[in-house]
Formats: sequence, structure tokens, C-alpha cells
Amino acid sequence: MISFGPTEEQIAARDSMRSFATEVLFTKARECDEAGAVPDAFLAQAWELGLTATQIPESYGGFGAVRSPITNAIVLEELAYGDATLALAATAPALFAYAILDQGSEEQKQAYLPLFCGERYHVASLAVTEPSPGFDSLNPATRAARKGRGFALRGTKCFVPMGDRASHFLVVAQGDDGLDAFIVGRDAPGLKISEPEKNLGLRALTTVTLQLEDVEVSEADRLGGAQRADIRRLLNHTRVAVAAVMTGLSRAVLDYCIPYAKERVAFDEPIARKQSIAFRLADMHIETECSRWLTWKAASQLDHGLDPTKAAHFARTYAAEKSMWIADNGVQVLGGHGYIREHPVEMWFRNARTLGVLEAIACV
Amino acid sequence: MIEFELSANDRMILDAARKEGVIARKYARYYDEHEHEFPPQELEEAKELPNPLTVAGERTAEDSGTAVLTTLMQNAMTWGDYSVRVRRPRESLGNSALEATGTPEQKQKWGHLILAMAITEPGCGSDPSMVQTTAVRDGDQWLLNGEKIFVTAGCRCDGVVVWATTDKAAGRAGIKSFLIEKGTPGFTITHKEKKLGIRADDTAAMVLEDCRIPRENLLGGEVTAPKGSSGGFRGVMKTFNMTRPNVSARGLGIAEAALDFTRDALKQAGVEIEYGRALHLQSAAAEKFSRLEMLWEAATLSVWRAAWLADQEQENNTEASVCKAKAGMAVREITQGCIEILGPIGASRQHLVEKWFRDCRITDIYEGTGEIQRLIIARALLGYGRKELK
Repeated sequence: MISFGPTEEQIAARDSMRSFATEVLFTKARECDEAGAVPDAFLAQAWELGLTATQIPESYGGFGAVRSPITNAIVLEELAYGDATLALAATAPALFAYAILDQGSEEQKQAYLPLFCGERYHVASLAVTEPSPGFDSLNPATRAARKGRGFALRGTKCFVPMGDRASHFLVVAQGDDGLDAFIVGRDAPGLKISEPEKNLGLRALTTVTLQLEDVEVSEADRLGGAQRADIRRLLNHTRVAVAAVMTGLSRAVLDYCIPYAKERVAFDEPIARKQSIAFRLADMHIETECSRWLTWKAASQLDHGLDPTKAAHFARTYAAEKSMWIADNGVQVLGGHGYIREHPVEMWFRNARTLGVLEAIACV
Repeated sequence: MIEFELSANDRMILDAARKEGVIARKYARYYDEHEHEFPPQELEEAKELPNPLTVAGERTAEDSGTAVLTTLMQNAMTWGDYSVRVRRPRESLGNSALEATGTPEQKQKWGHLILAMAITEPGCGSDPSMVQTTAVRDGDQWLLNGEKIFVTAGCRCDGVVVWATTDKAAGRAGIKSFLIEKGTPGFTITHKEKKLGIRADDTAAMVLEDCRIPRENLLGGEVTAPKGSSGGFRGVMKTFNMTRPNVSARGLGIAEAALDFTRDALKQAGVEIEYGRALHLQSAAAEKFSRLEMLWEAATLSVWRAAWLADQEQENNTEASVCKAKAGMAVREITQGCIEILGPIGASRQHLVEKWFRDCRITDIYEGTGEIQRLIIARALLGYGRKELK
């Protein structure tokens, strides 16, 4: 059956996130972008929504709701509609938590999941991206070499979200027999965490570079333990998440442009009454819609346990391209005002370009 | 529940439709090159093939809704060929108008006939409120005069729903649609149009010269439109809310055929496509092809969305335009891109890709051009009427 009907729970989640996004994220976005930091008070406020703990089973301290990537995609779109950066900061704990929840060994679940079910914001992060041009996440340069009964990790990771305060990192590395992810504590010997990186967009989201110089990990630190984990699957969850975030960003741009174009008068009439602007807005709407449906399709495949590699690739690629195109046109609709930091459009323009080259910074 | 997997019943129906498509495709080139002939109402092979409409059991809650399923079937049919069908359904656009706006008596009297719809005129296309064909009341009759072009199924239909103005000064409010039976004196089909693509399709031009029809042939009866409103016009425009997803699905069926052909050709040439790999690790052809596939997916989902809303009996005016605009552009890009990837094979008439490229070009034109769809979408987004945004 083909159906676009969210469940009642999904509608409720969407609606409550929508008001949180508009009232809190949107109003704080500019200030955070300028400061280059996320206030603790915001993280605490977002934590109360139980964004990560909701889908962790009660046996690990969570709320025990059904694990549902599609619900998470809906939530992420709404949050990112308010502000993509703060949405990523608020949901960053899920990067680590969902990986453990979906593919961790029983010991790993027991050891780490309760961390995300406490009263205070707790974050652990995912380290996939590396600073090489056109980085391919399926082919990282970071190596996991066998050492005794464990491994030694060596390499460089960048764009690791919330790395300034993450308690642990899940580091993706290439071993002799394929890809794996390893749990590395923040104080692990051989691990160097950089000062926050300075980025084009998502400025409030602190990202760091990790230098791993023979960081020793045991077999038990490997995601999934002896069973190992499917890293493609992990990446698919992050790709769909980023697609959802970019869809939210696209919708924000459009919803900002519409009232602006109706108010801004040129040659005796609102610019919205000119086809060159009106048709552009129509195209922005079309592409926002398509980004959302591609995201939903991939997310629903995740829900069903089907292989979503192709769908996730389409969702992320499409949403990346279109959100950039939409933000770019948003700047154009506002003209000079689009270039001024008084309006959020220039920020969305920077955020869209940044999001488009990342994948492992959100998880559904 | 959000869901994109077809049910077993859905699949059974689509498989049967695909089987028909494979057969129909065998005749595709012949009728493309013999434009003056009409493909038969039913092919020889029809007898041996199960009818997709009856192949599955009762529809259940697991199955896709009727509107969604219809788009899927349109897609499967045109994947075979746009114009050649194993079985040609005995209905056309005019039937949809009758279904949407006809009175019970009219449905009874006209429902079993194939009804074409005549809107476009030599001087009026995208703006149907400019219709010049006139309808004048004369006692118990209407007297119609004018010229219509691009009438789909105009040659083989039994009757036509004709748009005409009863009052030019009233603009859109003056436009009404009328049921005219073939053979009515003063009503002539002049010729079959010669086209870029969908050549085997029946696209007719017709003339109305002092054509007299009974008063009760006013579609929807005389009460539908209160004086001064554009109710009748709106009623007929409503027809498009389902036909737009359907014609979008048709275009995407053609585009899918081109994608399938190109995928096979790439495979034979040893080009591998790895989804989710970094761009610089893909060949240019693989990268281009996966983009075209992505575009197809995006457009198809927008079609399902519009159809799904119709199944929920929700307003889908904007969404119907979204899918039409998206599909219209997508099929152009996809078929043009496939030819680019295929090179000389794509441009040769030995294969069907060049035909698909011509056939699907109609998608962005008929049932409202892409520009009209954007106009509709923009008005909805901006809360504008036709005075604010022309």
C-alpha cells in the first residue's frame, strides 16, 4: 500500500515540534550563530522533550516507544524548520545512542544507553568524516590495525558534532576485513581533540577534529562486539536524517520568502505578483515537497528493515542539491536584504552549503 | 501509516499491466511510423492475457487506494507504449468530466459512451477563459459555433464535452460545457493532427457550425452555477485534479522505459553504478544515470502524493499541479539525458528511445503546461487569486 498518512502519534510529535521549533529554535538561531555556540539552557530545554530517550527501551532507562526512523525524520524536519544548527545540537546524542541501540552488543547497550536516559543533556558523538576532498565515507583513511586481542586506531576525523562535550566517540575505521566502528572514550590515550572548528555554516554547532594516534581499543569496544556492525546501515540512518534536516531548511526559506515577496514593492506592485518571483516560489515549493517524499520513502524502508541504500542516497543527494538551490534563490528573492545578516536567509544559505557536504551529523 | 511498499494485490495487478505493456511495445514502432492508422481497440494477444483490472481479488485495507493504483497502472501501460494498448479502456477525459459534474440523468444517458473533451482552440490554449466558441440559447436548444483543436480521442469517441461561452462579457463565469453526440448535424471532425510524438494517438480537430443540441445537454444541468459565479468553470477544472496525476504517471512510464533501456545498455558496457559512493568514484555516465533515476523517483512520489490525497477525499488541487509540473520537467530531462548517455543508439530509430523522447514531451504541455501549473501553485502559496497573479 502506498500511503502518506502519518500516524496519530506522528502528527502529535510533528505538531509539538513545530511549535517548539518556531518559538524556541527560530528565535534563538541568529544569536547562537553569531556567538558560535549553543547555550546550555537550550540543550537542557530540548532534553526535556526526550528526543533521544523516547525510543530507547525501558529496560535501559528509556521511554520505550517504538524505534521509528520515519517518526524521527518527521521530527527532524520540524526542528530544522526552526533552525538546522540547533536541531543538530539537540539531536546529536542520537548519533551515538541509536547506533548502539540498533547494532550494539548487549553489553554495549547496557553500558551506554542509560547515559542518554538521565535528567541532563548527555552527548556522545559519531566520527565518520575525514578532511580529504570528496571524502568517501565507505572508504576512510582511518585504519583499525589488529593489536593483540584488540585494535589500534590511527587517522584523522573532522566535523565531529558536539565533540567539545561528547563523553565518547564512535569512530569509523577501515580494518583488514572491512569497515567497523569503535567506541573511544574522550580521555583515551592517543586521542587528541581539537579546539572547535571554524565552519562556513552551522556555526553554533561545535564540531571538532579528532587525531587518533594508535588509540587502543578492545574487541568489546567494537560496535556489535564480535558480531560486528553494518556500517552502511549506520550511514543510511545518517543520510536520511540529513535529508530530513535539509527539507526543514528548505521549507523555512520558502516560508520566509513568501511574506517578504508579498510586502516588498517594486514598480508599483509586490514582487510576488511578478511571475519571475512567483514561479520561483512555486519551484521552491515543488522541490521541498519532493525532498520530503524521498526522505520519507528511505525512512520507511529503514522502518521496515529493507535495504535503503539507494533510497537514502537519493534522499540525501536530492535534498542537498535542492536545499542549496532553494536557499540560493531565497537570497535572490530578498535581494540586498538576503545578503544582510539582519535576515536569516544568508545564514540558511551558508547552512545549506555546509549540510550538503556532510552526512554523519544526524541520525534517525 | 506512511508506507511505500506495494501489497501483493497491487503487485499482481501491476505485473499484469506490465505484461500487457511488453506486448503493446511490439507494435509501438509500427504505429509511430503509420500515423494515419489507428491501433486496434484490442490486440490479438488480449485473449491470452489476464485483464489487469480483474486479476486480483477484492481490494483490502492493505492495498493502495483506487487513485494511487490508477496512476500505477497508467505508468505500467505507457511503459509499454503510450498509444498502443492491449485493451483500450472505453473512456476518455470527457468521461471524467461527466463523472465529476454530470447530473444523474446525464450520467445515465452518456456514461456508457466514450467522451472526448474539447477545450483548446486555435486562439486559446492555457487560458481556457478565453474560449471563443459560443453557445446561444434558442428555445429548447443550444446553438453552438466555433472551432476546437487538440481533442484527444476525438476521432474514435462517441461524443464530446465541448467548452463554450454563453456570455463573452461574463468571462469565466460565462463558460459552460456541453455534451455533443457524434453525428449531430453541424458537428464535424476535420482531421487527425500530425504530431512530434504520441503519433498513434488520436488527436483531432473539429468544427461546430450552427450545431443544435437539446437544452438538457448542458453538463451539470442549469442549476450548477449561480448567476455571476464561476461555479461551472470550477467544476470542470476539478476534473484536472485526478487527470493531472494520471498524465504525469503516463509521462513517467515512458521515462521509466528509457531508464530501463539505458540501465541495460550501461550494464552491457560494463558501467557499474554504486549508490551512496562519493561522486569522484563514479564514472560520469553512472553518476548522470543515477541522477536521472533520482529525478524519476522524486516525480513519481509527487504523483503518488497527489493521488493519495484524492483517495483520502482531500483537496489536492495544488498537489496535482506540483506533480504535473515536476513530472513535466523530469521526463524531459530524463529522456534527453538517456539519449545523451546512449549516444548514437539513443538517436537511432532502430530503438525506441528517440520515440520515448518525442512521446513524453507532451507531458509538460497538455492538461495545463508547466507554466500553468506553477501559476496555480504560486497562487496557492501566496493566497492570490487570478487578479493578483496573472
